[in-house]
Amino acid sequence: MNGIAGVTGKTMCYHCGVECASQGINIGDKAFCCEGCKLVYEILDENGLCNYYALQEHPGLSQIKAPRQGKYEYLDDAAIARKLYSFTDGDHSIVKLYIPGIHCSSCMWLLENLHKMHKGIAESRLNFTAKELTIQFKESAVSLRQIVELLVTIGYEPYISLDTRQGKPDIVNRKRIYKLGVAGFCFGNIMLMSFPEYLSGNHEIEHQYAMLFRMLNLGLSIPLFFFSASEFFSSAWAGLKQKMLNIDAPIALALIITYARSLYEIATDTGSGYLDSLAGIVFFMLIGRVVQERAYKSISFHRDYKSYFPIAVNVIENDRTVPRSLEDLKERDKVSLHNGEIIPADAILLEGDAYIDYSFVTGESQPVRVKKGGMAYAGGRQTGEKIILELIKPVAGSYLTSLWNHQSFRKNKSQTNNRESVIHKLSKYFTIVLFTLVAFTALYWAMVNPSNILPSVSAMLIVACPCALLLAANYTNGNILRLLSVNGLFLRDATVIEQLGKANHIVFDKTGTLTSSNNSYAISGHELNDHEKDIVWNAAKHSTHPYSRAVVAWLDRRQHIQADAWKETPGQGITARYGNEEVRIGSAAHTGVAPGIADESAAVFIRVNDSVTAFRVTPKMRAGIPAVITSLADTHKLSLLSGDNDRQKATFAALFGSNAELLFYQKPVDKLAFIEQKQAAGDNVLMVGDGLNDAGALQQSNVGITLSDDVNNFSPSCDAILDAKQITQFPALLWLAKYGGTIINIAFAISILYNIVGLAISMQAMMKPMIAAILMPASTISIVLISTGISSVVAKKLGLSLTGRQKHDNNHSVP
Amino acid sequence: MGVLYILVLASLAVAGFFLFAFVWSVRSNQFEDKEGSAMRILHDNDTTIKNSYKDR
Repeated sequence: MNGIAGVTGKTMCYHCGVECASQGINIGDKAFCCEGCKLVYEILDENGLCNYYALQEHPGLSQIKAPRQGKYEYLDDAAIARKLYSFTDGDHSIVKLYIPGIHCSSCMWLLENLHKMHKGIAESRLNFTAKELTIQFKESAVSLRQIVELLVTIGYEPYISLDTRQGKPDIVNRKRIYKLGVAGFCFGNIMLMSFPEYLSGNHEIEHQYAMLFRMLNLGLSIPLFFFSASEFFSSAWAGLKQKMLNIDAPIALALIITYARSLYEIATDTGSGYLDSLAGIVFFMLIGRVVQERAYKSISFHRDYKSYFPIAVNVIENDRTVPRSLEDLKERDKVSLHNGEIIPADAILLEGDAYIDYSFVTGESQPVRVKKGGMAYAGGRQTGEKIILELIKPVAGSYLTSLWNHQSFRKNKSQTNNRESVIHKLSKYFTIVLFTLVAFTALYWAMVNPSNILPSVSAMLIVACPCALLLAANYTNGNILRLLSVNGLFLRDATVIEQLGKANHIVFDKTGTLTSSNNSYAISGHELNDHEKDIVWNAAKHSTHPYSRAVVAWLDRRQHIQADAWKETPGQGITARYGNEEVRIGSAAHTGVAPGIADESAAVFIRVNDSVTAFRVTPKMRAGIPAVITSLADTHKLSLLSGDNDRQKATFAALFGSNAELLFYQKPVDKLAFIEQKQAAGDNVLMVGDGLNDAGALQQSNVGITLSDDVNNFSPSCDAILDAKQITQFPALLWLAKYGGTIINIAFAISILYNIVGLAISMQAMMKPMIAAILMPASTISIVLISTGISSVVAKKLGLSLTGRQKHDNNHSVP
Repeated sequence: MGVLYILVLASLAVAGFFLFAFVWSVRSNQFEDKEGSAMRILHDNDTTIKNSYKDR
């Protein structure tokens, strides 16, 4: 056990488990990394909630980057707050908040004990899987803003965006679950009632009991046929209306014929029909569909810009700052933005020093400085001090948001994928072959013994139902979805697997995808000594400018030294004095470096007394990327699309090889057009991106994959989300998807064997209910075993994890 | 053999009860948050732990 902090000589924060850099933030024997963590501890302690620390060690989230005071002022506005409520009667209200930071049982315990911290909160209930906290409270005793701020102080900041709407409909398809329950009930009981006839052998069971069982079976088959099996009929009908023969059409036909023949046999007292087989098929096919329909509750695949934008911003009106809902923003409104806030619409800078981080919108890695009167575009994030902007366009009409008006956002990719799916093609051939066989059999019996036509033909249609094909596809896809998700790739639905396997051209985005948000730093010129590093760190740490932060990040944590003088000149740099030493950090002019000899690629210059150091920032490539690219280059065409400058072109050109296309300075629309052009040339394009700037390309591509450092975080609308930690597995995951098609074909071949046996028997008009009742489950179970078995073996051979157990560690990353 | 009628009805009734229980459990959101419920059951009610040095 390593529970005792200090054994290694390092002190861990009692709250969040981060190593304490500075000493002296203590309560009793407990050390904290920052005042924020200590504050959380104090609040919990005051309310007797220290059980939080007993359930898990260091359960908290680091409070070093605590949000700004007054950030949630807009929740005081009743109209805005109301939008978030899922219920209110004027006083007693219910609100649902999404909290991305939830990760362990301590979180759950604390969040469900909120009522101990404020008496206005009646009850709080957490849905752990969805990371959604439902809070019931009295508006007269506590406001929504107070609740949100309470959550923020204890380290669980909710995510409130323009997309957070009241009363979102439940997306989970529950009707199918009910259908499955009813089908299971009917299947079990019909089987039970059919046993006496199976086991009676040649002796007929007494007629009165035979009638009892048949009647009960008939009764049980009504909900089975009309409720549980209804989706096969509706889907087949929908396909036929569009003049398409999908896989549900032959299945629906088989179900109808089976049912009709069973009704006929029971009515004429000539047999007990095939209700048992019918029930089994419906039950197993429904299980297959449920298995394939894997929902990741805390992941959303359908996000547009609305999920990124805040619900309200501060507007300056008659010299007062008032919060205003984003929907009510008009042109010419003056908006004030703090560090880290997003620009809601295209605007002109009126006041302040703006460094806009467009990395999410354009992929550009360096923040852009905007001068007074310059344009700032929607989606950019202000880094640095407070700025005031005047909007020149409404929210929906901005440059970024207009991307969503492109026609590619209007098509339903799931539907197109499904239509092109291989099982529908196979089922078409299957149907044609089957009908030819049926015609020949009917012709044969018409010449030999016409009374056998109906029994043999109907038996053939019953036996040769392509349900085995559907089952093979459903179970293989279900298992592959599961295997992909334990290895960090989450698909929107099963139709994506086939598209993944078909992709032959992979397009990468650069910023945020191949490079991580961490930068690598390099210096040239004067080598700083330890003391100089200390004073440079102290000089830079008070500045919010991105380059100052880069300097701070590069130096890590240093000794604190009080400055005697400190001054930041916007657009120039910092000047600080420590005793008789002077530090200047900033532009060439600010640090007094002659422009001619200045290193062009340097971000800033650091001057300590008379020695100058050039400081460079380059985005760092994610670990494992070179290996992934090299391995993919053997099997796929590769391209790189970047919104950034071409400073790193040489590095990537060497990596991607000579055949790859590398394009820089690409706007979001250019990326979309590039994908369109490749598709027109016949490629199946797989796009890997990360930000809003890739949204159009992700949507247009055959498969759009978003790479995300935290899968529960926010990624644009896409077909799949890949956990960035698992990027090294990416080629193996693509192979698994590719093998998926082969596995379906193998399972299908086996099901064809069963069909041949069954058809041979029924063509001779010898099919007995008992043989059908054995063949059906035998084929089903062997197909389930084969498809899940082979896919698991393939995954293991590819070096993928089968259970994902080892990944259940607590994630302490700061959201 | 007449007892069969009763037995068959009894077995149907039992199975029907389970179907009802299943539908009820789905309707009342019992399958919505499997991870959360697994954790919640381990939490004690009304535990008040104060680590505070003030109280010692």
